[in-house]
Amino acid sequence: MKGLSVSKAVTALMLAGLVLLPLYSQLSGNIFILTLFTRIVILALAAASLNLIMGFGGMMSFGHAAYLGIGGYAVGMLAQEGVGSGFIQFPVALAASAIYALVIGALSLRTRGVYFIMITLAFAQMAYYVASGLARYGGDDGLTVYKRSDFSGLIDLSNRTQFYYLCLACLFGVIFLIWRIVNSRFGLVVQGLRSNEQRMQAIGFPAKRYQLVCFVISGTMCGLAGALLANNTDFVSPAVMYWTRSGDLMVMVILGGMGTLFGPIMGAVVFLLLEEFLSQITEYWALIMGPLLLLIVLFGRGGIMGMLGRAGRG
Amino acid sequence: MLLVVEQFLNGLQFGLLLFLLAAGLTLVFGIMDLVNLAHGSLYMMGAYFAATFAAWTGSFLLGALMALGATLVLGIVLEVTALRHLYGRDHLDHVLATFGLILFFNEAVRLIWGPAGLALPLPAWLTVPVPILPGIHYPAYRLAIIAVALLVALLLYLGVMRTRIGMLIRAGASNREMIGALGINIKLLYTLVFGLGAALAGLAGLMQAPILTVQIGMGENILILAFVIIVIGGIGSIRGAFLAAIFVGMIDTLGRAFLPNLLRQVLSGAAASTAAPALSSMLIYLLMAIVLVVRPEGLFPANRR
Repeated sequence: MKGLSVSKAVTALMLAGLVLLPLYSQLSGNIFILTLFTRIVILALAAASLNLIMGFGGMMSFGHAAYLGIGGYAVGMLAQEGVGSGFIQFPVALAASAIYALVIGALSLRTRGVYFIMITLAFAQMAYYVASGLARYGGDDGLTVYKRSDFSGLIDLSNRTQFYYLCLACLFGVIFLIWRIVNSRFGLVVQGLRSNEQRMQAIGFPAKRYQLVCFVISGTMCGLAGALLANNTDFVSPAVMYWTRSGDLMVMVILGGMGTLFGPIMGAVVFLLLEEFLSQITEYWALIMGPLLLLIVLFGRGGIMGMLGRAGRG
Repeated sequence: MLLVVEQFLNGLQFGLLLFLLAAGLTLVFGIMDLVNLAHGSLYMMGAYFAATFAAWTGSFLLGALMALGATLVLGIVLEVTALRHLYGRDHLDHVLATFGLILFFNEAVRLIWGPAGLALPLPAWLTVPVPILPGIHYPAYRLAIIAVALLVALLLYLGVMRTRIGMLIRAGASNREMIGALGINIKLLYTLVFGLGAALAGLAGLMQAPILTVQIGMGENILILAFVIIVIGGIGSIRGAFLAAIFVGMIDTLGRAFLPNLLRQVLSGAAASTAAPALSSMLIYLLMAIVLVVRPEGLFPANRR
């Protein structure tokens, strides 16, 4: 019980920090930190969506960055074609991600285990190559989004603080949704499938159908992160979908604590801050980051949330 | 005709190269149950070692041989220091840990050799075109790659199927506790297999080096192709990897060469030239999707009971 309260306290502290960050940025005049944290919040959203299938559903997707690209390209391509309204861009981004997830999920879920990891990876790489081949939309060089999504005065995405709070609201919304899903009958079935698929099937649950729906929900959520990311950087390129980005998302989930509600946020914050911090010390930050990952895997069972839990129990 | 034969041989050469990479990957997975993303890094290291040693010694062959030894040693060191501790862990742990290793290797290469790529020049006797059919010439070096890869494939087959070590390896794959109980040093065997896989990846890298530039991240794209091959061929199956690799090499090469022209006959010129590059890079993934729909466990699954 005490262990629970330590991780709860840290989580609450972190969430409060995220909510109050624009205030600090305003007072200290540090604009950079707000930009940095907007990115962190968006990638935390992506990591949370991955956690839904990976942590709760047991589906190890190594191609989650594809949705970041699809959501981003939906915004960028529509903007290029003169459709600037966010009320069109965002639904299209979500729908495109959902359709992609449906097709890829239907194919990938025919396999399991390592095959699933490799196949999701390969399909994401395919999406990467397709984006690189889109000559009209910048190809390899990417696509500049000259105007952020326009929500007809409701919210101004060019305003840093408003945009930050929009991203944060999306993140909290998604976390709330995941919480509801995980505790619903549907979520319990999906988690049951993670523990013992055969038994669940024997009881009479159509396993693949449940997993596919979960896969599509997760992909759609990540598409939202993609649409936000394109607005944040005013740019979208195939690099967003590169497989190392999928790896980063996986690392965030594991680092924070797979299968915990707030773990992915924690993971994203720690991972991206660490990356920022190390890249300020040395140009060769990955030289430290790589072995660090290895050590986390070898010794840090259950991620940060797991460690906090153990620390609490003493 | 000339173009067809040439592209056909290019496809074969690329496929065989992919096989060297996929064989190591599938061997390590089949026997140690280890997913090694850093396999592509070993491929990259093979190329960097070859370029460096060839520049030192002034001889391409000597450089290649030294590079082969160096990747073997590197593989063994990697297994003993890091990867050995991952056996028996969750696959996700493997993915993450070896992902970390990729970051490390890429950065280490940047630190040691700098961000610019290296070139590995060929000796004169390998650059001459060789007549293969009347009126058709093909570069000697690419022919040499085909020959070496075929030889290695044959040796690998004989080694695994006909020798005592190969027997132990196969026994280790089907029941590791049992062969440990029979007094075989399973740890040493695993290290050996990993070193072999590393050397195969290094061989693929050093042979590809003169054709492409030697650069950071060169192992990553090709690693994903190796994954596709393993999925198509069936995990753990060397025979499956061989056939799937040649298949994928052919389709990828021929698709890139001929698809634009084929499309131009169906679609308008502009539409064809937009769609062709995207479609030809998608081809092998479409192939993989089809294989998955028909046979989810791959074409030649290793442990069919």
